[in-house]
Amino acid sequence: MSLDAETVLRIAKLSRISLPQADVPRMQTELNAILGWIEQLAEVNVDGIEPLTGGAAIALRLRPDVVTDGGYPARILANAPARDGLFFTVPKVVE
Amino acid sequence: MLTNLTIAAARDGLRARKFSAVELVDAHVAAVAALNPTLNAFITVTGDAARSDAKAADAALARGDAGELAGIPLAIKDLFCTNGVRTTAGSRILENFVPPYESTVTANLKAAGAVFLGKANLDEFAMGSSNMTSAFGPVVNPWQRAGDPAALLVPGGSSGGSAAAVAARMAMGATGTDTGGSIRQPASFCGVAGIKPTYGRCSRFGVVAFASSLDQPGSFARTVRDNAILLGAMAGFDANDSTSFNLPVANYEAACNRGVKGLRIGVPREYRADGMPAEIEALWQKGLDWLRAAGADIVDVSLPHTKYGLATYYIVAPAEASSNLSRYDGVRFGRRVAGDDLIELYERTRAEGFGEEVKRRILIGTYVLSAGYYDAYYLRAQKVRALILKDFTDVFADVDALLTPTAPSAAFAQGEKMNDPVAMYLNDIFTVPASIAGVPGMSVPAGLDRQGLPLGLQIIGKPFDEETVFAVSQVIEDAAGFSHMPAIRAGAAA
Repeated sequence: MSLDAETVLRIAKLSRISLPQADVPRMQTELNAILGWIEQLAEVNVDGIEPLTGGAAIALRLRPDVVTDGGYPARILANAPARDGLFFTVPKVVE
Repeated sequence: MLTNLTIAAARDGLRARKFSAVELVDAHVAAVAALNPTLNAFITVTGDAARSDAKAADAALARGDAGELAGIPLAIKDLFCTNGVRTTAGSRILENFVPPYESTVTANLKAAGAVFLGKANLDEFAMGSSNMTSAFGPVVNPWQRAGDPAALLVPGGSSGGSAAAVAARMAMGATGTDTGGSIRQPASFCGVAGIKPTYGRCSRFGVVAFASSLDQPGSFARTVRDNAILLGAMAGFDANDSTSFNLPVANYEAACNRGVKGLRIGVPREYRADGMPAEIEALWQKGLDWLRAAGADIVDVSLPHTKYGLATYYIVAPAEASSNLSRYDGVRFGRRVAGDDLIELYERTRAEGFGEEVKRRILIGTYVLSAGYYDAYYLRAQKVRALILKDFTDVFADVDALLTPTAPSAAFAQGEKMNDPVAMYLNDIFTVPASIAGVPGMSVPAGLDRQGLPLGLQIIGKPFDEETVFAVSQVIEDAAGFSHMPAIRAGAAA
C-alpha cells in the first residue's frame, strides 16, 4: 500500500503537526519506504492468534478510585508556557 | 586513578577510607569538564549538586549508615525526570522543562546514596540508534577507528550519552532506557556492559514515555558486577507504575559468581543474519566456546519469527509513541508556538518542537492506528508479537539463556546510514526480539574488530531471571578479559 500526498497531509492533520506543502514529497517517500518494509508482516499466518497488547502477560492492577495526589497548583503550573492566575491559557476557542 | 575504578572497588575504597566521596566525585566532575566539550555526552551538568551530595555521602560513610551506592558518581539519561533539574528528552519541545517530581528509578538510586553528575544526551525521545537525532547535537563515541582519528563515530543509541560517559570514564555508571535496543546497542558500540531487565522489573514512573509496552529502564557500567550493583538499587515494585511487577529483587551481585556449569545455552539459528561480518560470527563462536569451557551445554535452538521482529517493532512502537507524544501540545508545559486558533497552536508547536525522526514515527503511528488500517497493521503486529513471545517461551522450556551478537556491526561514523531510515532501523535486528517479548538482555564487551572497535555479545534470559543473565555475562566477561581503553582515554590509561 502506497501513501499519496493527500493521505500524508491527512495523517499530518490527524497528528496535529503542520506539514508545509514543500515537505510533502520527501515525507511521502520516507513513509512509503517504511511502510513498504513493514508490509512483510502480511505473509505471517496469524489465524487464531490472540493479539498481545502488553510487554508482559500480566493483568493490570486496580486501585480504589480516589484522589491520591495534588493540592499544589503552583508546581503544576510552573512549566506552563502561558498562564493567567491558576489557569493554563489557550487562544480563544468559543466565539 | 580514581576514574578507572569499578563501582565495586570504589565502594570498598570509600568504606576503607582510602579516598573520600568528595575526591571520587571531584575526579569525575573534572573528567566531565575536560571531555564533555569534545564528546557532548551530557546535556546538563550538575557539578555543584554532585559536590554537595558527595559531602553528604562522606558524612553518611563516617556515621556508618551509608547506602550501597554512597558517593558513586553516575550519569542519568535525560529521559528520567529529576526534581528541579531540567529534563529535555533530547527534544526542543522540552528544552526548558523542569520536572516538579523525581522518577522512581532515580529516587531509588539517590536513596542508595548515588551522586548524579548530570543528564546524559540521547536520541530525541529515545528514538534512534545513533544519538544523531538529539536536538542538543550528536554524542561522539570515545572510541576511534585505528589510524582514522578524523572519522567521528556514533556511540549508538538511544542511550548514547550514557554509554559514552561510562566508556570515557566521566561516570562510573549510568542509567539508560531500552525500548528496542537502546541500552544494549550503545553498550556494544562503546565497549561497556549494559542490561535491559525484564519488562516490569524497573519502574517507568517519571520516565518520559516513548512506547509504554516496551520501555524499560536499565543500567550501564564497565563491568557485569557493577551493573548488578546498580540494577539491584534501581529495581523494585512501584505502585505508581501499573505494569511494575511485585516480586522481590534478587541479589544480583551474588548471582555473578554462580558460573554456568550445567546450564543450557541456546544458539538461535535465525540470528545468523545474511551479510553479518565474519568477525562478528567468529566472536559469537568464541563466546560459545568460552561458555562450553566453563561447563555449559550449547544447544541449537530456533526462534522462527525472528525475521518479523523489526517490522513488528516499527508498527507497535510508533503507534504507542503517536499516542504518548500527543501530550506535547504547547499548553501545559514545554515549548509553545503561537497560532491564530488552538489547532494552529498545536500544529505549529509540534512542527517546530519535534525533530524529523520523531515526526516520521508519529505519522507512521497515526497511520497504522487510523480507521481502515488498524486491523491490517496494528492488530496484525500485535498478533505477530504474540508469536514472537511464544518463540521465546518455547525455547526457554529447554534452555536457560541465549547467546547472540548484540549488533550487526561495530560503531559507524556520523553521517552514515542517515538518509535511509530503514537502514538505521536494522541496527536493532538482534535486540528488538527480546524487547518485544519483554525478556531481559545484557550486552557485554567481548572483543575488538579489525578497526580496533569494540563488539558486544548479548545474553538473553527468561522473564525475571536476571540472575542467570548476570551469571552467564560474568563468565563471558572473565573469558574475554576486555581491558582495552577508548582512544580518548588511551593516553591516560597507565
